[in-house]
Amino acid sequence: MKNNIFNFFATIIIAFLLSFVLPWWSVMTAALATSLFIPLKKAAVFFVPFLAILVFWATYSFILSSGNDYTLAKRIAVLLPLGGNPYILMLVTGCIGGLASGIAAVFGKQFALVAKKR
Amino acid sequence: MKYAKLIISFVLTVVIFFVLNTKLGAIPPIGKFLNPYSGIWQNETTETTSGDISIPGLKDKVTVHYDDQLIPHVFAQNESDLYKTQGYLTAKHRLWQLEFQTFAASGRLSEIIGEKALDYDRTERRRGMGYGADQAIAYMEKHDKETLAYIQDYADGVNAYISQLKPEDYPVEYKLLDYKPEAWTPKKTALLLMYMTKMLAGYDDDLEYTNTLRLLGKDNFDLLFPDFFDITDPVIPKETDWSFIDIPQTASPGSEAVLDTIAETISKPHPDNGSNNWAVSGAKSVTGNPILANDPHLGLNLPSIWFVMQLSTPNHNAFGATIPGALGVISGFNQNIAWGETNATRDVIDWYKIEFNEDRTKYKYDGKWEDVSIRVEDINIRGKENYKDTVLYTHHGPVVYDKNFKSDKELAGYAMKWIGHEGGNNQKTFIELNKAKNYDEYVQALQYWNAPAQNFVFASTEGDIAIWIQGKFPNKWEGQGKFLMDGSNPENDWQSFIPQKFNAHTKNPERGFVSSANQHPVDESYPYYVFNDGYETYRNRVINDYFNSKDKFSVADFKNLHNNNYNLKAAEIVPYMLEHMDTSLLDEEEMSIYNEIKAWKFNNDIDEVGPSIFRQWYGKLYNLVWDEFVSEEVALSSPFTYQTIYLLKNHGEHKFMDIVKTEDKVETAQDLFLIAFRSAVSKLIEIREEKGDYKWANYKATYAGHLLQALPAFSRFDIPIGGDRNIVNATSENHGPSWRMIVEMTSPPTAIGIYPGGQSGNPGSKYYDNLINDWAEGKYLQLNFLQSNQATDAIISTLTLTPKN
Repeated sequence: MKNNIFNFFATIIIAFLLSFVLPWWSVMTAALATSLFIPLKKAAVFFVPFLAILVFWATYSFILSSGNDYTLAKRIAVLLPLGGNPYILMLVTGCIGGLASGIAAVFGKQFALVAKKR
Repeated sequence: MKYAKLIISFVLTVVIFFVLNTKLGAIPPIGKFLNPYSGIWQNETTETTSGDISIPGLKDKVTVHYDDQLIPHVFAQNESDLYKTQGYLTAKHRLWQLEFQTFAASGRLSEIIGEKALDYDRTERRRGMGYGADQAIAYMEKHDKETLAYIQDYADGVNAYISQLKPEDYPVEYKLLDYKPEAWTPKKTALLLMYMTKMLAGYDDDLEYTNTLRLLGKDNFDLLFPDFFDITDPVIPKETDWSFIDIPQTASPGSEAVLDTIAETISKPHPDNGSNNWAVSGAKSVTGNPILANDPHLGLNLPSIWFVMQLSTPNHNAFGATIPGALGVISGFNQNIAWGETNATRDVIDWYKIEFNEDRTKYKYDGKWEDVSIRVEDINIRGKENYKDTVLYTHHGPVVYDKNFKSDKELAGYAMKWIGHEGGNNQKTFIELNKAKNYDEYVQALQYWNAPAQNFVFASTEGDIAIWIQGKFPNKWEGQGKFLMDGSNPENDWQSFIPQKFNAHTKNPERGFVSSANQHPVDESYPYYVFNDGYETYRNRVINDYFNSKDKFSVADFKNLHNNNYNLKAAEIVPYMLEHMDTSLLDEEEMSIYNEIKAWKFNNDIDEVGPSIFRQWYGKLYNLVWDEFVSEEVALSSPFTYQTIYLLKNHGEHKFMDIVKTEDKVETAQDLFLIAFRSAVSKLIEIREEKGDYKWANYKATYAGHLLQALPAFSRFDIPIGGDRNIVNATSENHGPSWRMIVEMTSPPTAIGIYPGGQSGNPGSKYYDNLINDWAEGKYLQLNFLQSNQATDAIISTLTLTPKN
């Protein structure tokens, strides 16, 4: 459990720092890194980084959007289409980042296992 | 097993990266698009309008005051800095639109949206849009380096903005379509001006008329498409004395039209592109100051075509609507004068049949073989190999139609002669108008204007009013260019141009007002050939009748006229139809709708049902009358509304009234009224079932569509506004008054204006579409005409641009 919490926050912090130098896939890099150095077990391998990035991206987009009356978010939520609901758009944003990160973390875990065995 | 898992998870990682990082069909690269650091969330912001920015190449400090509508008031020390700042600010607020419009102009949309735009791109290139822009640049390089230098300043300003952008700052459309802005060049300004030329002087029916003449004969053609209707209320008053014109019309060589069968023609600009403008003299104004108004009717788009600015140097101070890509104010005023434009709608496109030699390297002209020149159009297509289209050019212009494009003739083609290809110095007209102090300087500024021909209305604080129909017009022989001509006969070439000083104009006419609404420029007494190229016949009469109806007018009267919904067209045909239609066969439902339109007072107000009934009824009727013009084999254009109504009322028994399909029966106009009415009723009932009612606002459902095919997320729908085409408030579904301006010539002038959009091009900004509601209600913004660099109460923030060392 301790590792889960540790990994969760480490993923967010590393993702945040990497976002200054890398494009959107910095979240994948962050999740990969934490999966190598803070090993998790079973479903947590995927879900902890998934949740971490979901929370990070959803919160970040909420902060950006709430200061502007959700003007653009409402429109993009028509474009995608999500019924014009900005909160669903934030959730989707979070899930997209989370999904990419979770998969990268699974790969990291498999890589760590193979590397360790050698 | 471990290796298998490793490989599977690796593949999954690569796949998810690829899927989220790649544009798939219409779906943007979703990871790039949605991430909060560089995706759309970064566009969730209202623009910053304060601070200090250093700009390379600036000569002096420039102050930009913003008011609460995001209108920038620019105070520069010289013109070079002024246009650099205009470029910078236009890019800052409208970058995507600025660039997209020139991509559309030059036939480069395939680069952005892929193969589906290829036909469009080929059409624009074969129309010679890029060629025309090249000619304009070449002209300026040779004759007017000063204007070209200002255009370069504008480009430098745009590029100063682009170069400091990071990917997260790109407008949201770039993120949606996954591409990035490129550098701006002077040629792009020339392309934008070509775009305007196409929009306003790119309409013609010559090839359709050729088919019509061949199929129906000259007598029928002349009846359906007369040079003048039975009434004319021209731009230049009828009583104008033309005796000062001492160069005659070109004598007719008596050459015959080439009666080819033409199956398909290139797309045309919107036929409703037009405008109103008018001005009253001091004597006809309540306050004693002349008053001027303008409202250009264009597609209702977001971001709006107009961007309002104040542009000043110590020597001049202009204010009004600008167009992203062009320098200076287009429709506006300065301390001394006000001006505005409507389209003059003159026939400045003609078509020539070209005969090639066997390898298409030469074409026949004056009994000899002349060399064809070649322009290879290299079209980049996103995700595909380039498409190379070879366009042949003759001295007439580009051979638009040939065996490679909409034609199957091996050794022949149709070349386009278009004033837009002549090269010219249109930009200078605006730069000079922005600085003009009086009537003489206004006339001086106009002489550079070639195309699209415009009715330039004018008023000055000195008390003058005027209107000039300005453009470069060929001095045509009677009937020249109505139909396809033989391109090998030199007599069919444009022989000369009408000298600019003989362009139709009027200054301080006796009636005390000037006006234009895309109607006939002149009556038959003007000594040059003017072909009816689709002239308006309703708005002009409503406007002129209004100004003849009383002695003095105020700004409030001007507002009322802008928002006037009187449907003269309906008033001229509906009573006749009601009277002549056989009502004995109508059922109860039909009778109730009959009574609804009978009670209508011909105002297209939002709560009326009459306009919807009329639209349906007349629309059905028009199609029944001109069923002869429906053809899949040949391109045809059916006659104009005015002439249709004239024929219905005066030639009700003519064979055109007969419905072709019903072989055993001969219908008359009277029969058509009933057939059309009944089918209109069934359609109206359908609409009522679908929408609840067919009140005009619901029926018309006016919308302002985003430039990307009215993408619903970035568009505004169901805007409650009355009017329609042929009405002074010319608002139809997606077309109408794109900028309304009224200027009273106090010293300095006082002005109001509005447009259906907002100053920002960012759908995430509150300034994106904030003016639409007020526009629909007929309200205006007070335009804060600052007289000095001193910020007033109206100013909410200030941006300073400083030279970068």
